[in-house]
Amino acid sequence: MTHEAWQFISFTVRMALLSMLVIVPPGLALAWCLARHQWRGKVVVETLTFLPLVLPPVVTGLILLQLFGRHGVIGHWLYLHGGMDVAFTWRAVVLALAVMSFPLFVRAVQSAFEEIDPLYEQIARTLGASEWRIFFTILLPLARRGILAGLLLAFARALGEFGATIIVAGNIPGQTTTLSVAIYQAVQLGQDSYAWILAGVSAVLACAAVWLSTGLLRHPKRAL
Amino acid sequence: MNRAAQPAPGIQAHFAKHFGGGVDICVDELCTGAHTGITVLFGASGSGKTTVLRCLAGLTAPDEGWIRFAGETWTDTARGFHLPPQQRHIGFVPQHYALFPHLSVAHNIAFGLHASTGAERAARVADMLRWVGLEGLADRLPRDLSGGQQQRVALARAVVTRPRLLLMDEPLSALDAPTRLRLGVELRGLLRQLDIPSLLVTHDRHEALTLGDDLVVMDQGRMIQRGPVHEVFSHPMSLAVAGIVAMETVQPGCIVQAADGLVTVAVGTAHLTAIGLNTLPIGGEVYVCIRAENVILLKGAEALTASPRNHLPAVVRALHDEGPILRIDLDCGFPLMALLTKQACTELALKPNDRVTVLVKAPQVHLIPHATVAGGY
Repeated sequence: MTHEAWQFISFTVRMALLSMLVIVPPGLALAWCLARHQWRGKVVVETLTFLPLVLPPVVTGLILLQLFGRHGVIGHWLYLHGGMDVAFTWRAVVLALAVMSFPLFVRAVQSAFEEIDPLYEQIARTLGASEWRIFFTILLPLARRGILAGLLLAFARALGEFGATIIVAGNIPGQTTTLSVAIYQAVQLGQDSYAWILAGVSAVLACAAVWLSTGLLRHPKRAL
Repeated sequence: MNRAAQPAPGIQAHFAKHFGGGVDICVDELCTGAHTGITVLFGASGSGKTTVLRCLAGLTAPDEGWIRFAGETWTDTARGFHLPPQQRHIGFVPQHYALFPHLSVAHNIAFGLHASTGAERAARVADMLRWVGLEGLADRLPRDLSGGQQQRVALARAVVTRPRLLLMDEPLSALDAPTRLRLGVELRGLLRQLDIPSLLVTHDRHEALTLGDDLVVMDQGRMIQRGPVHEVFSHPMSLAVAGIVAMETVQPGCIVQAADGLVTVAVGTAHLTAIGLNTLPIGGEVYVCIRAENVILLKGAEALTASPRNHLPAVVRALHDEGPILRIDLDCGFPLMALLTKQACTELALKPNDRVTVLVKAPQVHLIPHATVAGGY
């Protein structure tokens, strides 16, 4: 494989890992709020969170570009106060991957939390434990398999992201070009064998993630 | 702890919880006395016992009413006040124990001791393990414990923090029958040593008799009788209570004579002597309750009528084998049930259609006046 191919692969994996770091804290918090609490506006937040699952990714990308472009609401603020450009940089790649994989992660963690008998948390409360302590010592450990499985699924989704990424991050080799975008470009340029090599690599990565994820969910009783 | 300084020990509560389409729960003045004994909340499944326990623990909020413990308000819906369970300082043992499945026995027990230092915590956990007789199992996970061991870990976890009130939901029901018998006695011993007022709910007579000091009978969300366990079991105040405590013989009767504190009741074709209730007029309708364990069977003895010991001729209708004991259906002018040990039955050589003499002491013939409807104490 060429040096360039390796560069695409390692860039994509690094961006996907970074996006996982970005989604884990809010994902856990949101899944907990959705699984364990009733609040006003819950339906709105739920809809917004899961929208990227059903919206065409290109549309999601367009919305992100609108928000995070230098003249967008958030992008403008970030540029003024942080001197930071988001659109068409590696940050936009992380943003696109995070937004697209976030619902998968939240959904997996939410159902992992919902599977836990609330009685454990109630007992912990009678023993004087704060909600924070219950979250970290009861919920997280009991949901760990579901959380890991959700994380792997989200990671696999991030690795293959195309539509939103190409809109908000573009195709700048060495700066924003991910594996999927590189494949698209190779096909456009008629470099079919090169495209197939990259496709093979992404297939292997995706298979590994799904295989690990289903393995985790299949043996919920086995200690991790 | 200086108990004398506490203004009103025990629970005082008056609250209601409504369920859509289900039973409304209404608790009136639920007091566990000043003593640190064990109060049993007794009733059939669905009578609202667990909900009462959960409201006391603060895990469920009543729709209206208040709960006070030792003079401290825990819940007052009029003020919208609800003390979180964390601040009630209680021990709660749920029906299936709910040990944290990912934590070892020692960590389960130590869970409530987060404010203590490591050394203190270790010492308390070791104390608790010794107390419940589970030394050496500290590192086991709950799934590797038997039901009885899980129960004791759950008890240790609940009391390690020295709670002010211990709440238990059917502590023995998750165990198999032989274990239940043995652990019932053990659990009573442990609870005796604790000196913590305890409230436990159950629908099991054996559990109530083994563990309880006082009994509160619940029916369809209401408390319909309270008193010492044996008192309530042998002297139900209403037909509903008689049904809930499974009084074996309940028959309608009529007062025919009253003199010197004794009354004679006509039941079926027989006459029984009972300790008289002043309020019962001649001709008054009553229900006659006789506990099967208070029925003595004699063979070949002469039947004496009109004796305070109630000698009645009877015919054996059927014998039902129930393990170590036999339940015997008799006809002595009205249907009567008796319990005999296998041994006693063999000695009497009882078989259906045998003629026997039944003996029931007058104080053990309990009368419920017809006028008493369910409700009220």
